[in-house]
Amino acid sequence: MAYFRSHILVSVDPICVEKGAYDLIDAFQDELVKQGLVDEVQVLETSRIGDPHSEGPDLMVYPEAVHYANLSVTDVPFLVEEHFVKGRVAEKFMREIEEVVDEELSAPQAKEVRIVLKNIGDIDPLNIEEYIARDGYLALGQVLLEMSPEETIQEVIDSGLRGRGGAGFPTGLKWRFIRAAEGDQKFMICNADEGDPGAFANRRVLEGDPHSVIEGMIIAAYAAGASQGYIYCRAEYPIAVQTMKTAIEQARNFGLLGENILGSEFSFDLEVRMGAGAFVCGEETALMASIEGKRGEPRPRPPFPAQKGLWDEPSNINNVETFSNIPQIILNGAEWFASLGYEKSTGTKTFSMAGDVKNTGLIEVPFGISLREIIFDVGGGIKDDKKFKAIQTGGPMGGCLPESYLDLPMDYEALDKAGSILGSGGLVAMDEGTCMVDIARFFMEFTQEESCGKCTPCRIGTRRILELLTRICDGKGKPEDIGTLRMLCDQINENSLCGLGKGAPNPVKSTLEHFLDEYEAHIYEKRCPAKVCKALIRFEILDGLCTGCTLCARNCPVDAISGERRQLHVIDPDICIQCGICEQICPYDAIEIK
Amino acid sequence: MPVEVKVDQDVRKIVRTLVEEKGPEKAELIPILHEINSELGYISDEAIKELSERMNIPSSHIYSVATFYRMLSTEPRGRHVIQFCESAPCHVAGGRLVWEKLQRELGLSKGETSEDEKWSLITTSCLGVCGVGPVLVVDNNIYGNVTPEQVPGILSNYE
Repeated sequence: MAYFRSHILVSVDPICVEKGAYDLIDAFQDELVKQGLVDEVQVLETSRIGDPHSEGPDLMVYPEAVHYANLSVTDVPFLVEEHFVKGRVAEKFMREIEEVVDEELSAPQAKEVRIVLKNIGDIDPLNIEEYIARDGYLALGQVLLEMSPEETIQEVIDSGLRGRGGAGFPTGLKWRFIRAAEGDQKFMICNADEGDPGAFANRRVLEGDPHSVIEGMIIAAYAAGASQGYIYCRAEYPIAVQTMKTAIEQARNFGLLGENILGSEFSFDLEVRMGAGAFVCGEETALMASIEGKRGEPRPRPPFPAQKGLWDEPSNINNVETFSNIPQIILNGAEWFASLGYEKSTGTKTFSMAGDVKNTGLIEVPFGISLREIIFDVGGGIKDDKKFKAIQTGGPMGGCLPESYLDLPMDYEALDKAGSILGSGGLVAMDEGTCMVDIARFFMEFTQEESCGKCTPCRIGTRRILELLTRICDGKGKPEDIGTLRMLCDQINENSLCGLGKGAPNPVKSTLEHFLDEYEAHIYEKRCPAKVCKALIRFEILDGLCTGCTLCARNCPVDAISGERRQLHVIDPDICIQCGICEQICPYDAIEIK
Repeated sequence: MPVEVKVDQDVRKIVRTLVEEKGPEKAELIPILHEINSELGYISDEAIKELSERMNIPSSHIYSVATFYRMLSTEPRGRHVIQFCESAPCHVAGGRLVWEKLQRELGLSKGETSEDEKWSLITTSCLGVCGVGPVLVVDNNIYGNVTPEQVPGILSNYE
């Protein structure tokens, strides 16, 4: 291997690619050739490192760990000259690491413990050697050479690791079931169909540290006695799919996949399968149907996949994050892992923070941390110093929890008890300007559209709920609607075939429980307290503040605003479509929502 | 994308080559449909017919699969496909105003294709770049932190 004195790591996540990361890489290559540095400085791709608000893609230069941002292709000759020829930092483009606001992954906060995210942003995901240099595949060697499959299973059971896809089933136990099952061939499947809106932890792991997932899967396959594996990745993640394919190829070339892995008796191979845009495929039986080339519709369980899974053979499905934990558990021991976390939820969990929180992005914290710590200490609080209103946990099947639940310790049981779920770790924070009825309607729109249509409670029930919620938001709600909603929620929950249907009513149920006053205001007073629902608000221009600048009138898409220059303007409520553009652009805050 | 209109003969050839490449096993159906969708812009009746013969799978099954998945289309689409992320994090971050602006600007509603076949406007499920919502994708280009004011500028990038 050639020796390079410096490495330039250019971020090639979707956002940086859009900003021209690949052009920058080409420009660096050209310039390094020109300066005769091509044998000394290597240009590599890495996942997200930088500030999404910078005008150019971000990059890191190692070993100095200098972070550059706001670069364009034309800046490259200057930077190469300064940094690599003259050997001094080009301060113009430099960013202090502490100041970097990475919207997806900031420097670890005091409360974070990184197991799953430990390599992300620090290694070149497309270079297996960098993973190996960080103890990669050491755990696999240990397992294959020193441990029996049963010992491996026991270690994972002792660690207390539970499924990170959301259900929280003990991982080791699941492996024991498939090991005991009889079948000609057993399959090990990775669920990388991260469909929950707002959750992107799996994408980051697949794109940033693919080998940790592969290593976890090989160990799992050894323990379970599986000979073939599949990574089912959603098609919305094209970069993740490509990264996994490359990583698998590399692992194969290193003898880590295929026949007689590391000279042992154990053989296992791996393939990537791509979804085609169906949320329900995250459900394990639907996922297997999709791999088989069918519509991704769930089927009743039992039989469980461990008995009859993919092509009716024993199969085991775990989430990306679950697999990614495995090598670290083997290396550091079950006891170490079990010492992290809270009660029956051991280890750490990644959370994807989105919505109205200041620092959106990915964090990894031990179980047991409170929502308050996550939102205010790690997340920096609510944007624009507005008031916190609710947090939606666990994706579209989760519930919305109000302020009084913020001291809840985050673990599977506590969230379940609170009427929400941990799910895949999506957190959407909402400020005081959010209408909870509108949010419930929004989530129902999602589940209604994503319902596969196989079972009646989910197919028709979610539609009925959506109709009721739309009616309430339109100001046409009736007093009996609340009772009907509650009844529908219970029936869908009890009678649906799969987790999607069972969880679908959660956003409605939880908002009915915690924000009933808002439903009542919509129904009885025909009022939207958060001033969101269009049918229940009107826009008015305030005399005294309006200067007659005509900006609103010129920007109104339906010409609902009239008035002479320097005179008070008026909105015609019959024409106004409540789009809110005037309120947003008025420089004098003269437009009020009533 | 953008795609050219293909005649039936070409369609059959594309399908044949794909089946030869990937094999006629049923498990390859979805990967093959993906390829057809990106080459033709949609999965035409002709493609389904040819696929059915080559893979020995009833065309009803192929149709049922092609219509099940959101990213596969059985209707022709415009030269440029705009996908708007309709997920909660983008919604909370102001996506609704961007979505309304998009529809007004294009004169299209969800799922529609413009008469001049330039644009198709569809929604997508979460793309996992929620940190920079609202997000929209034109062809293969992702735009993050989009405001309603930026919409005309983004659209003007496309011929």
